[in-house]
Amino acid sequence: MKRIDALRAIYDRLENRVVVTIMGAVAAELQSIGHRPNFFYLQHAMGLASSMGLGIALTRPDKDVVVLDGDGSVLMNLGGLTTLARYRPTNLVHVVFDNESLLSVGGFPTATSTGSDLAGIAAAAGVPHTATVRDVEGFARAVDQAIAARELATIVAKVDAVGPSGYVTDLALLENRFQFQRFLKHVDAGAAR
Amino acid sequence: MPVSTTHSRLVYDALKACGIRLISALPETWLVHLIRMAEDDPEMTLVRLAKEEEGVGISAGAHLAGVPSAMLMQNHGFLASINGIVSCAQLYRIPLLMLISHRGEFGERDPWQTEGGAVTEDLLRTLRIPFSYLDDPARVSHRIRKAQTLAYSSNKPVALLLCRDLMWEE
Repeated sequence: MKRIDALRAIYDRLENRVVVTIMGAVAAELQSIGHRPNFFYLQHAMGLASSMGLGIALTRPDKDVVVLDGDGSVLMNLGGLTTLARYRPTNLVHVVFDNESLLSVGGFPTATSTGSDLAGIAAAAGVPHTATVRDVEGFARAVDQAIAARELATIVAKVDAVGPSGYVTDLALLENRFQFQRFLKHVDAGAAR
Repeated sequence: MPVSTTHSRLVYDALKACGIRLISALPETWLVHLIRMAEDDPEMTLVRLAKEEEGVGISAGAHLAGVPSAMLMQNHGFLASINGIVSCAQLYRIPLLMLISHRGEFGERDPWQTEGGAVTEDLLRTLRIPFSYLDDPARVSHRIRKAQTLAYSSNKPVALLLCRDLMWEE
């Protein structure tokens, strides 16, 4: 499965949710499908996208939050999975695109390429709902189930190690940050569900 | 335990008075009362961390969502958080109120704390993070308020060093 096809398959579910993504291909591909003010792209600080999502989910229980993470980033903050599981916000769905590599720096293989199982690690950390999916239909179905279940979920989507030719977009980092903050400030309670 | 409950209460009440409603923390000796106060306070969300750097992301999320927060950590936790501080809080202009227990200063008896204490202030300066000291109970409240004011006006991290003279009763 290509990550961009997976993103396209769930794009309509993201339109009205608070979305935090990691850097690199995930951010560039989601922007190529269509940026929205409720999307925030953490373009550095690998590992902290799920922590940001947790901070939003805990402080704004009226909003549904989707974190679009990656294997390289999750591996840099495995402890964060235990913190997610500890507070297990019911309004957070944690998607991990696992291409088994650090694509944006040349495709060096990560530990998931040698068998480390991120859904298994999340489950063992205490995340109540986990799944590994390998095709677009299964991915969309898993995301829908996680949203409907209203419990913390980590969905690992195995994707091909391919991405866009470049990662810099015309959306400045701070423009994105202040637009996103303004969205969260002004959106009516419940409107981002 | 000779960690000052009275002075911990001063610090906690000052954080509440600044509107802090989320605290992330990783326990260390000097912080035990502060963490318990946060835990017992129904108005406060306490997030217990596995590693301090997570707190930078959690505070960034809380800030963008409109909720003021603070991080409680030891100076070794600050050392462990530096990438997050630079590549999340500074890059994205997040006001981050960090309360850092300043272990390893004069009076430190634990040999393992002494290296961290010797580099904390220089690292804060190198990172251009404005900081001050919480060492005098009479100044705790207004220093915390002023630190929070600067964090919000500058949209940048600020630090307060929790000092032995305030936190420890010998």
